[in-house]
Amino acid sequence: MSAMLRLVNVFRRFGGLVAVNDISFELRAGEIVGLIGPNGAGKTTLVNLITGVHRPGGGEIWYGRERIDRLSPDRIARRGIARTFQIVQPFPHMTVLENVAGGALFAGGAPTIREAKDRAMEHLEFTGLSALAERPASALTLANRKRLELAKSLATNPRLLLLDEVNAGLNAAEIDAALDLTRMIAERGITILLIEHMMKVVLTVTSRVLVLHHGELIADDTPGTVTRDPRVIEAYLGPKFATRYGSAAP
Amino acid sequence: MTRLLLVAAALLILALPAIADNYVLRVATTMLMYSALALGWNFIGGFAGYPSFATAAFFGLGAYASGVLQTKGLPMVAAWLLAGAIAALFAAALGRAILHLRGHYFAIASLVVAEVLREVTNSATDLTGGGMGLNLPVLSADVTTQARLFYYATFVVAATALATAALVARDRLGFGLRCIQQNEDAAIVLGINTRRYKVVAFTLSAVFPGLCGAIYASWVNYIDPTDVYDVLLSVKPIVMVLLGGAGTVLGAVYGAFLFLLMEELVWRNLLEFHAGLLGIIVVCLVLFLPHGLRGGGWAFWRGRMGEAAP
Repeated sequence: MSAMLRLVNVFRRFGGLVAVNDISFELRAGEIVGLIGPNGAGKTTLVNLITGVHRPGGGEIWYGRERIDRLSPDRIARRGIARTFQIVQPFPHMTVLENVAGGALFAGGAPTIREAKDRAMEHLEFTGLSALAERPASALTLANRKRLELAKSLATNPRLLLLDEVNAGLNAAEIDAALDLTRMIAERGITILLIEHMMKVVLTVTSRVLVLHHGELIADDTPGTVTRDPRVIEAYLGPKFATRYGSAAP
Repeated sequence: MTRLLLVAAALLILALPAIADNYVLRVATTMLMYSALALGWNFIGGFAGYPSFATAAFFGLGAYASGVLQTKGLPMVAAWLLAGAIAALFAAALGRAILHLRGHYFAIASLVVAEVLREVTNSATDLTGGGMGLNLPVLSADVTTQARLFYYATFVVAATALATAALVARDRLGFGLRCIQQNEDAAIVLGINTRRYKVVAFTLSAVFPGLCGAIYASWVNYIDPTDVYDVLLSVKPIVMVLLGGAGTVLGAVYGAFLFLLMEELVWRNLLEFHAGLLGIIVVCLVLFLPHGLRGGGWAFWRGRMGEAAP
């Protein structure tokens, strides 16, 4: 299968800090790929590079046959790359329905506001928010705001969805529900890059995991292999533990 | 209901010259001009949520463009239209330069524009007469005819501004601007070309003040930089919109009406302190009535009462 998204030697620095260093990987259509790494590893920067918020200092980002690392973020959104934010970003004084209709109207290609609202309703049903359609977005609980983020990005009719810590701040039951939703989205044929802080969450749904550490890609493999990789263990738990764990492991 | 009220108001406005004297007509012309200024500001300040203080710049630019063009021999109405177009083009170019700034930074940047234009006008003595001001060709018509002419001209501008606002509010442009107002980063992610939307809103916020300035110049026959670039021309429309409810279509008109009422009834009795009162009103509006008198304007008080209740 051909690559849907391809990063080639992508590099980005902020002042003296190299946030993303020489990263190359591919996402293939229909995959759920995890992107993990400790705090400050460069995960969100990577998302910002793919979605055009930041421009790479070097390297190339290809989306299908198009190079997108010089496009503006709104254009990239209209091309079919959607994202959710680590900190939810609703339009607080609009209704839940209007929030989602915005996605359908601008990037989703709905011709009229009425049509956008019709489509938005379907996404609300899919994400389980239809009962709250007429509530202002500011009235939702955190778990529902995360769902709203998902519904909004689905409404943009994406082919690739970047989920930036959609599970952060949720309790165990809410995480399970969110993961079910993630699987259902993947079943619609949408490629997903799941950015996560918590390793456990990633391992249950992904077929492949990318591990970032200090802005570098230190692993790109199946979840099982990645968790046994001494460099990954070292990145998460420190070198001492990695040595001990490595010698104790069969 | 609103539609019926609008028709009644329009009829009253159209019939006013036949039933009112020139003083009332003058106040009514000012009222229409205030409405057009407030409706103009509402596009950028209300819909898009960008606190622009550039209204005076557009008003002054329109006034001087109209004045200079007329002294060069252009017919009055043609000069007005061209002045509106000049204000719009200026805003479109200026918007590209300052609309990436947000919040206070944008406010300050837009505030300086009128000052810069004032200095430019002051120094371009050959064209504008500099600080001496500019005399416009006097119309060869009697006072009453003139009063009616400027009244109707201002009405056309205000009505066009209102119709435009109503269209924008229903259109994807209005939807996109509301998204930008509430969360610009989220708006970008939904695929909204925020830069273009903001430039369009800023341009709309310049056309109507530009036309008002152009008509004003002909109306008063003499303009000078301190008068038409007066910072109060930037502040008053904001107060009006805040009074009536930012981001609503009719709010700007209600606000303009209320404001003029206050100005006429109260402020002429407070000659020493009227600017101070303006400041107090702005503070009170922002603190207690952030959504204006319409649209849940009393939510703050209700909230307070609710909290106090057991």
